[in-house]
Amino acid sequence: MTKVKSLADLKKLKEEVQSKIKLREKGDHPENLIQIKVSMATCGIASGAKDTMNYFIEELEHQGIDALVTQTGCMGYCYAEPTIELTIPGNQPVVYGDVNKTKAQEIIDKHIKLNELVDGIIPVSYKTL
Amino acid sequence: MTDYKMHLLVCGGTGCKASQSEQIKNNFKNQLQEVGLENDVQVIHTGCFGFCEQGPIVKVQPDNTFYVSVTPDDTREIINEHIVKGRQVDHLLYTDPNTKVQITESKNMDFYKKQVRIALRNCGFINPENIEEYIGNDGYSALGKCLEELTPESAIKMIMDSGLRGRGGGGFPTGLKWDITRKVENEQKYVVCNADEGDPGAFMDRSILEGDPHTVIEAMAICGYCIGANKGLVYIRAEYPLAIQRLKTALTQAREYGLLGENILGSDFSFEIEIRYGAGAFVCGEETALIHSMEGKRGEPTFKPPFPSQEGYLGKPTNVNNVETFANIPPIITKGADWFSSIGTEKSKGTKVFALAGKINNVGLIEVPMGITLREVIYDIGGGIKNGKEFKSVQTGGPSGGCLTNDFLDTPIDYDNLLAAGSMMGSGGMIVMDEDDCMVSIAKFYLEFTLDESCGKCTPCRIGNKRLYEILEKITDGKGTPEDLTKLRMLSHVIKDSSLCGLGQTSPNPILSTLDNFMHEYEAHVNDGKCPAGQCKALLQYVITDEKCTGCTLCFRNCPVGAISGEKRNPHYIDQSLCIKCGACYDKCKFDAIKIA
Repeated sequence: MTKVKSLADLKKLKEEVQSKIKLREKGDHPENLIQIKVSMATCGIASGAKDTMNYFIEELEHQGIDALVTQTGCMGYCYAEPTIELTIPGNQPVVYGDVNKTKAQEIIDKHIKLNELVDGIIPVSYKTL
Repeated sequence: MTDYKMHLLVCGGTGCKASQSEQIKNNFKNQLQEVGLENDVQVIHTGCFGFCEQGPIVKVQPDNTFYVSVTPDDTREIINEHIVKGRQVDHLLYTDPNTKVQITESKNMDFYKKQVRIALRNCGFINPENIEEYIGNDGYSALGKCLEELTPESAIKMIMDSGLRGRGGGGFPTGLKWDITRKVENEQKYVVCNADEGDPGAFMDRSILEGDPHTVIEAMAICGYCIGANKGLVYIRAEYPLAIQRLKTALTQAREYGLLGENILGSDFSFEIEIRYGAGAFVCGEETALIHSMEGKRGEPTFKPPFPSQEGYLGKPTNVNNVETFANIPPIITKGADWFSSIGTEKSKGTKVFALAGKINNVGLIEVPMGITLREVIYDIGGGIKNGKEFKSVQTGGPSGGCLTNDFLDTPIDYDNLLAAGSMMGSGGMIVMDEDDCMVSIAKFYLEFTLDESCGKCTPCRIGNKRLYEILEKITDGKGTPEDLTKLRMLSHVIKDSSLCGLGQTSPNPILSTLDNFMHEYEAHVNDGKCPAGQCKALLQYVITDEKCTGCTLCFRNCPVGAISGEKRNPHYIDQSLCIKCGACYDKCKFDAIKIA
């Protein structure tokens, strides 16, 4: 692994990483690469986030849908764990709460494949500075 | 692929459902079908927008128009005007109460400025196990800025000017603490991160460590640079295995990238971080006890001064900050002190993370600017009280804090206002109570916690709290006397004044604040032998109402102690001397004939 030796190195790495993220978002298959973030803090995992994440990975692979499933920290919606954030390229990210396997299936079948929204959306109500 | 051109998001939160949001959704669906747009516009229920006072909410996407107080009669107008003709329905837009300006897009609404994420900026956004995602979001640039552009003095001045105060509860100015530690001369100094989060119901430190561990590492390194320390220690409770694992992963990655270790970013500054595990004692959140525990001694507090900044870990100058405090440091360095101090109130700057719990609809972790009111937190963000019950009290500051009534709902939340109201900021637990909660039992609950967690070193805390607990138990058992109330208050003050550390000095707070704000409940227990909330079992009586009792014998058959007697098809009777108040009869009765008196 390359070491970051100076602030300039760090800035370069930051730009590289950011362009990588952009590439990931607007890459070769702009209409196909979908991003799912699963909230995986202790509380999310306790509510079954691991199963949800595995299910997304397996099911999307099984159906041949090119998507990036990653984990992230707590989104703060304790009342609706497990929570996921789904980003379809070109659209605003959508957060879903109470995502168990059934809900995950519904999200794949409807939102990902047909671009229909599914019940259970949590409206984002904060801004990040 | 169905090609919906528009989405109508109808709020399906409890509050909005109560004001006919279901009907609104159905109206939309039917009326869209009438105009033949059902394949172009999708109608969907969402979770709570958290803007319940203006509900029901309808949001139109993709143009992001936000309609408030929509009734089932308005749906046709929205379809005809907005969807068909593309014109906004002005009278359903939100009007800003201060500027009287109509606001179309939700992101411009004041309401969306209610939650501002600084400490939680990366939580739920980046992958905590990938350092590159942190770097991609400006990570480690604050450390880089410090090392290349700022002297320790100027970096500390930024923290001082920002007005950041300790988020662990005490509220001591962070910049000042760093400055004091910097000025103590010693070859070896330490930076300690207090991740011994012990308040019942508070979990923001765990969330930060699990969701964004690099921010803590970066901030500790900055602190080390500022105070002249090359060693950092994270004191974290062993009950947080995932946080520990992610922190370890993050430490390894930071070392691999050269952001920890020798000569960071090519400078002369070297910094290393180790992890120390706590065994879960509440008192070890107190900094002197924490340091003793790290040294392998008993986790007991010692008298201050000397403060840890003078003589801390292994007798060396030590700067102790809490996780959330550290999480605020990198943004202050990158965005500047003015930016940070523009948020919040005069004496409390920035934001605070609260763990919202109890009888509230949207239980969760929120980050709000200082100076927000409890009403905004509970009703706008929290979505109001569960099951439409009446709000009674909110407990802040955990076992060291107090219970506030609805008189305080409109008081801006900051360190000083909470203290003045007899509570405290604490680490940010916020537990909401409704009409069914007995305040005497609540005080007893918190005292039981401190009683368990008292280290036993000083007499007022060890024995005094035990006596307080016994008096409270006497009251909830219905054996209290008016003198007990005077005794409670007096003893509380003695413990507050004479205990050694923060744990004892604050342990009577739940009692004192409930005595101040809910005296009538104590008096009802003592004078009338009644628990107004119906929680204290010893003070309850289950009574059968003759008119409603059909003599079905269900209660008779379910009573575990045979306290119920009566003839079939005739009213039954509960023998109070035998009744153990288990409530089985009450739960079973199908005719609502059993009352709690």
